[in-house]
Amino acid sequence: MTPTIPTPPAAAKRQMTVPTVADLAAQGKVPEILFWVGCAGAFDDRYKRVTRAFARILEHVGTDYAVLGLEESCTGDPAKRAGNEFLFQMQAMQNITVLNGYGIKKIVTACPHCFNTIKNEYPALGGEYEVIHHSQYLQQLINEGKVTVKGGESFQGRRITFHDSCYLGRANNIYEAPRDVLAALDADLVEMKRSRANGLCCGAGGAQMWKEPEPGKKDINIERTEEALATLSGQAAALDNLRGVETERTAPAAHSLQGSIIAVSCPFCMTMMSDGVKHQEQESTVQVFDLAELVASAEGINR
Amino acid sequence: MPTKLQPHLTLLAYLYYMLQPILFALLLLAAFGLFAWQVRKIRANILVGRGRDMSGHAAVRFRKTLLVAFGQQKMFKRLTPAFLHLIVYVGFLVINIEVIEIVIDGLFGTHRFLGLLGPVYDGLVAVNETLGALVIIAVAAFWWRRNHQPPVRRFTGVELRAWPKLDANIILYVEVVLMAALFLMNSADLKLHRLEGRFLPGVYPVSHFLMSLLPTTNLGTLHLLERVGWWAHITGILLFLNYLPSSKHFHIILAFPNVWYSRLVPQGQFSNVESITHEVKAMMDPTYEVPTPPVGPDGSALAPTPFGAKDVEDLPWTALMNAYSCTECGRCTSVCPANLTGKLLSPRKIIMDTRDRVEEKYNSPLIFQPNIYGEEAKHEPVTDLMQATLLRGKVTPEELWACTTCNACVESCPVNINPLESIIEMRRFLVLEESAAPNSLNVMFSNIENNGAPWAFSPSDRFNWADELFVAEKVTA
Ligand code: SF4
Ligand code: SF4
Repeated sequence: MTPTIPTPPAAAKRQMTVPTVADLAAQGKVPEILFWVGCAGAFDDRYKRVTRAFARILEHVGTDYAVLGLEESCTGDPAKRAGNEFLFQMQAMQNITVLNGYGIKKIVTACPHCFNTIKNEYPALGGEYEVIHHSQYLQQLINEGKVTVKGGESFQGRRITFHDSCYLGRANNIYEAPRDVLAALDADLVEMKRSRANGLCCGAGGAQMWKEPEPGKKDINIERTEEALATLSGQAAALDNLRGVETERTAPAAHSLQGSIIAVSCPFCMTMMSDGVKHQEQESTVQVFDLAELVASAEGINR
Repeated sequence: MPTKLQPHLTLLAYLYYMLQPILFALLLLAAFGLFAWQVRKIRANILVGRGRDMSGHAAVRFRKTLLVAFGQQKMFKRLTPAFLHLIVYVGFLVINIEVIEIVIDGLFGTHRFLGLLGPVYDGLVAVNETLGALVIIAVAAFWWRRNHQPPVRRFTGVELRAWPKLDANIILYVEVVLMAALFLMNSADLKLHRLEGRFLPGVYPVSHFLMSLLPTTNLGTLHLLERVGWWAHITGILLFLNYLPSSKHFHIILAFPNVWYSRLVPQGQFSNVESITHEVKAMMDPTYEVPTPPVGPDGSALAPTPFGAKDVEDLPWTALMNAYSCTECGRCTSVCPANLTGKLLSPRKIIMDTRDRVEEKYNSPLIFQPNIYGEEAKHEPVTDLMQATLLRGKVTPEELWACTTCNACVESCPVNINPLESIIEMRRFLVLEESAAPNSLNVMFSNIENNGAPWAFSPSDRFNWADELFVAEKVTA
C-alpha cells in the first residue's frame, strides 16, 4: 500500500476590516489597545508591509484593538530631535487631545520613535498611557502561546542577526523582548559585535532620516550593514577592524550569506539597513525583515 | 652597631622638630585655602547655568553613586583599562588614609601615629606599598597606551590640543613622583630603624627590598632622606590638589556629585521646554492663562530667556558640572557613530568646549587659561570674549547636525555625562532663535505642519495600508 501524502488544504484567506477608534466610539466602545501606526508605518511602502503583518497578527489572535486611521498625526519626534520644540509640542498636544478624547489607555506601536515619544515625553504634556512596543507585545503573545510561530514559513537553520534600534535599546532599555521573539523562530541567531547597549546606530535617528549626512568618510548605515554582513558570514577579520567596540568576543566561523536575515524592529532601521544591503549588492542573498513580518510568516498568516 | 648622630646634626634636627609643626600648619593652610579659593570659582562657574531641580530620589541616587562612581561600574565594559584604572583608584582611596597620618604626624610631631592600630596598621602599610608599586606599573601602561605610535584612537582627536595632551601626561608623571617619594620615605625610615635597632610599626613589602638599595648607612643621611621623602610626598599631594582644578583629573572629586545628580529618566526622554508648553496651550485654548513672565527687582519685565542654548549660561547647571567632571577619556567619541564614520562631531569636544568657554568667559582656575592653551588648533583667537559664544564660537552647527541622538555617548561615559543634552539645547537655539536648520529639515518641519507627517504625502492616504488587507487562516495540523 502506498502511503498517501495528505495535501494541505489551500490556505483560506479572509479579508479583514481594520477597526478605527472613531467607528468603535460610534458604537459606544473603546478598544482595549490602540495600534499607533506611525507615519512610516502608514506611508513608507516597505514599512506598510510591516504594518499589515502586525495588523494580521492582531486580527489572528483576536485582540480588541483599533487604529486612529485618518485621525493619527505625526508624534512630533523628528521635530523634537531636530530642535523644533514648538512644532513638537503642537503635534503632541493635538494627538493627546484626540487620544484623551477617546479615552485611550493602552497603546502598541511598531515604531520605537513613536514609542519613546508617547511613553516618555507625552506624560508631562497631559498624555499618560501604557505604551508598549510591538516587540514586547509579540513576546507576550508567544509566551502566552497565542502565537506559536509554527505552521508557516520555517526559519530553521537560517542565520538571523538582530540590529538594536537606539530608541528601543539604549533609550528605553528594551533588549531582550526582540531577541526572545527571534529565539522562538528556531533560527540560527548570531549577535553582532556591537549589540545591545553597545549597539551602533543605523544613522537615521535624530532627524537624520530627512537630511543628507554631514560630510565624512562613510555613511553610518554602510558601516552598520558591513558589520551585519560580516557577522552573518563570519568574516572575523572584518569584525576585528570595527572601531568603538567595547566588548570582546571570539572569532566567528565562516558561513554562507545566502538566505540570511537582518532583523529590525524600527521603520528607520529598516530603510537604513535595506539601503546598506543594496549598497553592498547583497539584496539577493540577505533580506531585511521586521519582527512582525517574521512572526506573521512563521505563523502562516502573512498573506 | 648603631653609631651616634653627629652633634651638629642633632642640633639641626632639634631645631627642625621645633619648627616642623608651624611650617607644616602653614603649608596645610596655604594649600587648602588655595584649593577652596579655586573650588569656589568653579562652583560659581557651574552656577552660571540655568536652574534645574535635581532634588529628591536620594535612595536611587545613592545606589547609582555607589555603583557608578565608587564601584566604577561603567569602566568594566572593557577589562584592561578598567583593571589599570582600578589600581590607581584604590591606590587613591588608600592614600587618603595615609594622608590623615601624615597630617597628624606633621602637626603634632608624632611619628607614624597610626602605628597604634597594631596589626591593622601592618595591613594598611602593606596594602599601601603594594598598591604604590602597582600604581607605578599601571601608570607606565597608561603612558604607553596614550603615547606610543599609534596610540589608542580615543587618545587622539582635534579636541586633544596642547594643554589636554600635556595635562594627561603631567598627571601620570606626578603619580610616579608621589609614589617614588613614598618609597623613599618608607625605605629610609625602615633602614634607619633597623640600624638603630628600634622597632618601626608596619609591614613594608616593597621598602623592605628597596632598603638594601639605599647607598648609605649613615644615620644622619637616612634621617634626612626620610624627611625629604616625607615632605616631598605631602607637598606633592598638596600641589597636586591645587593642580586638579585646572585639570581633567578634577574628575576624582567631581565624579561623585556628577553621578549623584545624573538623570534618572529613560535616556530617550528629552526635556519639554516649559515656556513653549504655555504658549502652545494658549494657542489651543484661548482661555488658558499663561503664567506672568518674571519681572526684575525694579518691576520691569526681564528680557525673555532664549530657547535652547547659545552660550554656557543657557545650559542647565548640570551640563556645566558635566564639563568639569569630564575625564577626557574619549569613550563617548569612540562609540559615536558620526565620529567613527568621519564626521566632525565629537561629543568629548562639545564637553571640553563647554568647560573652555565657561572659564574663558568667567573664572579660570590657577593654572589653566583657556585662551593660552586651548585655542591654537582650530579657532581664531577670541578677541571679544563677551561677543563670542559657545555656539559658533567653539561648536559649529555642522557638528551639531551630525548627531543621530543615539545615546551611545551617554551610555559609554564612565561618569554619567550627557553630551546629547547640550547638543539638543544648541540645536534648539539654531532652530527656534535663528531659524538656521538645514533646508531639508525645514522641508520636514513644514511637511509635519501641513500633512501631519514628515514626508510630503497626502494626509488622506494615511489609512491606505488597510485597503485590500487579507489575513490567511492558520493551518493547524
Ligand atoms: S548621541 Fe550624538 S553625539 Fe552621542 S554618540 Fe550618538 S551621534 Fe554621537
Ligand atoms: S564625556 Fe564622559 S566619555 Fe566622554 S570624554 Fe568625558 S568622561 Fe569620557
